[in-house]
Amino acid sequence: MKYHKPASFADAIAIAAGASGVTRFLAGGTDVLVQLRADIVVPDDLIDIKNIDGVSDITQNVDGSWTLGVAATGAEMSEHETLGKEWPGVVEAMDLIGSTQVQGRATLVGNLCNGSPAADSVPAQVAAGISISVSGPNGDRTVAVENVPTGPGKTSLEKGEVVTAVHIPARGDNAGDAYLRFIPRTEMDIAVVGCAVNLRLDGDKITEARVVLGAVAPTVLLVEDASNAIIGSTLDDAALDALAAAAEAACNPITDKRGTIEFRVEVAGVLAKRAAKIAYARAKGEAV
Amino acid sequence: MSKIHVKTKVNGDEVEFLCDPRETVLDVLRDRLNLTGAKEGCGTGDCGACSVTVDGRLVCSCLMLGAEAEGKEIATVEGIADGNELHPLQKKFIEYAALQCGICTPGILIAAKNLLEKNPDPTETEVRYWLAGNLCRCTGYDKIIRAVMDTAAEMREAS
Repeated sequence: MKYHKPASFADAIAIAAGASGVTRFLAGGTDVLVQLRADIVVPDDLIDIKNIDGVSDITQNVDGSWTLGVAATGAEMSEHETLGKEWPGVVEAMDLIGSTQVQGRATLVGNLCNGSPAADSVPAQVAAGISISVSGPNGDRTVAVENVPTGPGKTSLEKGEVVTAVHIPARGDNAGDAYLRFIPRTEMDIAVVGCAVNLRLDGDKITEARVVLGAVAPTVLLVEDASNAIIGSTLDDAALDALAAAAEAACNPITDKRGTIEFRVEVAGVLAKRAAKIAYARAKGEAV
Repeated sequence: MSKIHVKTKVNGDEVEFLCDPRETVLDVLRDRLNLTGAKEGCGTGDCGACSVTVDGRLVCSCLMLGAEAEGKEIATVEGIADGNELHPLQKKFIEYAALQCGICTPGILIAAKNLLEKNPDPTETEVRYWLAGNLCRCTGYDKIIRAVMDTAAEMREAS
């Protein structure tokens, strides 16, 4: 294995383009190193992108949107003064991954590119409408996060492509997001079901919503029926029941040691309701 | 395979080493620098026995390559005592018997020290969450948590 430490994304792309074997980009390494050490994926070329200028920056742009460097860690996101106030769901989802130690290294992009259907930050990223910049041998493109995972451990990124930045939309007014997951313990576990909700209000009425489920299908699910179930409502009981029914209907989970199909489906409905209530309260400006 | 030349700082001392690209910081600390405080429990970032700080940030040294340590400042359990004077956390761990086999202890000391530097007055819940990535199979955690809480109280009084 060759270890590379390029000073620019152009150099990183050139190294990847010139590589003939397995290539991995290294940011936090909390998945890449585990796979490397367990001989699951041993790259021929490991390209450490942390030496590139600006990759750890968390920047709010003049229009209120955010640009995150691809190596910004969970700890840096949680410690940021305003990111978590504007996007508490995104930050709390990232913060649920692993331990304090893992938070010191792990990144949003790593969690996305690892391709786990149970990745905690991914439903929250999709709900928030986050997109990523990707560069590779065929040029640059911007991809919505929901179009990145294609199956367990698989993404739509092509050979030689590297993620260069994360774009979070401007929060805007009267809006809130939330992420909840079910695990049988209180810390250090993988989601049995995860659910993120991002919504906007006009008065008491929901005008925009994105409801997203994790760990109940081969990829993260942006559930349009569930979003439509609460748009136009004040999140009354009827809307919450319709939300839960739509979330349950969208599930296509497996039975494994973490939970059965039946359990996951039911929990998806419960979490959708709870996450929607939290997002709604946050959109109202209440501290949740 | 050619080795990588790395210059870094460990517990304040400048060190240089040659390492294989696949070697972790944990491998380097233990096998090249003879600092065997950090332990390998799982090697996958779950147990925290290999905890060190890198530029003040708590990390698992098993999840970082030696090559990534270039230009960094690493702190391990070997550096927390002041000569023969134990760190307040070390004294309290002895006083409370907050260890049995001791494998997890270096990682927990480093993690707890890092917490108290950021938050000198943590709640018990905050201590428990902060240390959730440090597994101990002997103590049931109670004595560890009490030792950390008492150290925090004592250090606040002293400062």
